[in-house]
Amino acid sequence: MSKENSIISIEHLTKTYGGKVVLNDINLEIKKGEFVTLLGPSGCGKTTLLRIIGGFRTPDDGVVRMDGKDLSGKAPNERPLNTVFQRYALFPHLDVYENIAFGLKLKHIPTAEIDRRVRKMLKMVSMTDYEDRDVDSLSGGQQQRVAIARSLVNYPEVLLLDEPLAALDLKMRKDMQLELKELHKNLGITFIYVTHDQEEALTLSDTIVVLNEGRIQQIGTPADIYNEPVNSFVADFIGESNILCGTMIEDCKVSFLGHEFECVDKGFGNNVPVDVVIRPEDIYIMKQTDHAQFTGTVKSCIFKGVHYEMFVDTDGGNEIMVQDYNAFEVGSTVGMIIKPFDIQIMKKERVCNSFEGVIDSPESVEILGASFPCKAHGLENGTSVKVEIDFKDVERQDNQEDGILAGEVHFILYKGDHYHITVRTDGPADFFVDTNDVWDKGDLVGITLNPENIRVIPVRRDE
Amino acid sequence: MSKRSSWALPYLVFLIIFVVLPLLLILMYALQDAEGQFTLANVMNFFSDKDSLCTFAVSIEVAIENTVLCILLGYPVAWILANKELNRSAVTIVLFILPMWINALMRTLATAELFSMLGFTLGKGTLLFGMVYDYIPFMIYPIYNTLCKMDRSYDDAARDLGANGWQVFWKVTLPLSKPGIASGALMVFMPTVSTFAISEFLTNNKIKLFGTIIQENINSSLWNYGAALSLVMLVIIGITTLMSNRSKASGEAAVI
Repeated sequence: MSKENSIISIEHLTKTYGGKVVLNDINLEIKKGEFVTLLGPSGCGKTTLLRIIGGFRTPDDGVVRMDGKDLSGKAPNERPLNTVFQRYALFPHLDVYENIAFGLKLKHIPTAEIDRRVRKMLKMVSMTDYEDRDVDSLSGGQQQRVAIARSLVNYPEVLLLDEPLAALDLKMRKDMQLELKELHKNLGITFIYVTHDQEEALTLSDTIVVLNEGRIQQIGTPADIYNEPVNSFVADFIGESNILCGTMIEDCKVSFLGHEFECVDKGFGNNVPVDVVIRPEDIYIMKQTDHAQFTGTVKSCIFKGVHYEMFVDTDGGNEIMVQDYNAFEVGSTVGMIIKPFDIQIMKKERVCNSFEGVIDSPESVEILGASFPCKAHGLENGTSVKVEIDFKDVERQDNQEDGILAGEVHFILYKGDHYHITVRTDGPADFFVDTNDVWDKGDLVGITLNPENIRVIPVRRDE
Repeated sequence: MSKRSSWALPYLVFLIIFVVLPLLLILMYALQDAEGQFTLANVMNFFSDKDSLCTFAVSIEVAIENTVLCILLGYPVAWILANKELNRSAVTIVLFILPMWINALMRTLATAELFSMLGFTLGKGTLLFGMVYDYIPFMIYPIYNTLCKMDRSYDDAARDLGANGWQVFWKVTLPLSKPGIASGALMVFMPTVSTFAISEFLTNNKIKLFGTIIQENINSSLWNYGAALSLVMLVIIGITTLMSNRSKASGEAAVI
């Protein structure tokens, strides 16, 4: 499985904390000399993954190999890699020089050699003349440089960086990004970088690994990830995007926003529901409407420095975001064109809510531990069934107590004319809801279902 | 005087009656002879009285020994209590504070009874036992606090840079917990110098401490000399506090 130029290979890594799956079957190959970024929202498991590679956490299952050798059971001090910690973790009782020399002194390297290497590192991170300074007297950026020097002085083959720039202000962060990139180029060692900042990931990385809820969503170059997101999570998380519901009519022909468009994607089948991703800068907007593919009314227009960001109500009843160098007057009618190769088409992850259920009475069914009344189904109690509910048929109650099932709004995706909302329940599966109401992330809601809308499909055991 | 600051008035009165006035009284008595004339003789007497100086030296010695013993025994306890993997419940911490809820005098008397029942000869050993028993919570607590507040990432960073468990402790954990040790030492050292009950009960007054001779003088109505001795002790306490404050301010807390 390990490829020739791979330095770290991760196989079937799984980690659970108190019943919550943090990492779910992670498989990853990291090439020698690569700048890899683990990107995802907070709680996606990226830091846990980094800490497992560093040896600070033990996985429940799976192995991390470095140069083909299994690292399981090896303590952090026995691993040939070093970490730059989120809040630097510089030792406050030691000065800058002593901090950097810490690792070398432990290895009993001769003093002259330590001195030579520490000074070289100080020069590399532009911190010469700071060796006697107290670490507390340094600014955030300077502390960060010392932390990087302290790791690199040990000549690790792999450097792990845990959101190293998160505590810096924007300007400083941008400068440090360039310096890190330069450092990586000069050293030629492997960097594994953890961040939740998609812009940072796009700027720095050779390869981005997008993580969500403990699973790898997509691995690819920054351009791949940006231009061809594989699912709506990646599309929504990386950059701005319009994610719309569409139908693949046939190969190279897709309908969305109430119009038909030419595209370059094939192999989805005919008349298949799909998700369509359009980057706001890929929509051509103009005053003339004659040659436009579709038209709309400008609803808002905000200057964003380089471009204007506009929200446009389209003739098909959707709201989309458009970015352009020119401003268009609010209220004016505009024409828009989308080129075939700017249309990214994704298979729909799901078309309706589908749960495993058990019949618990002639007119109800139990799903996710709650009993929902449904139409008479004529099935015996205890029969295993599949239960389907359309996204739009899930009803929300503002009070958790009023619902048959309680849940929390977990993820909100705007789909041009409605919101697609993930409601996390205590049970093993999520409810997905299509709605026009505005919900907020973290809202506690109750879920009810109209018996008419529940489809109960018996599962035949002998099949 | 603004309205808000007038709220402090009762406390001010309290402080004057119970802190400032007694201190002034000590100063007054220390600098007066039995007839009420100003004199430095009381203070000079102390420095020329061999017995007092000897007791003073013994007190300091016992205090140092007690402090060192408390550090040696208290640090591991604090470390274990602060370690979340070794100590999962708050109950253990309460168990360590529990003895402090009982009056120290009662505990000391009980210890003395226990020793006499077991047939131990009362002396230096029993004295130190009693002192450590009484004062160790004051050492454990500050160290426990510093260790709890210590950022775990220092630990991780040291391990990441190649330190094994012992090296992490000697090179990172111990140096970083020095402030806790320092305030623990202060809280143990100072009351030990002035204690008299423990030495009275646990050595049958075989070993006299500085606190003992102050008590004896006051009891035999030699108020002026007693006050002078108290003054000397106050000065020592003042100096120790100042020293420890200064070392804390410079970020390098001395052990004693």
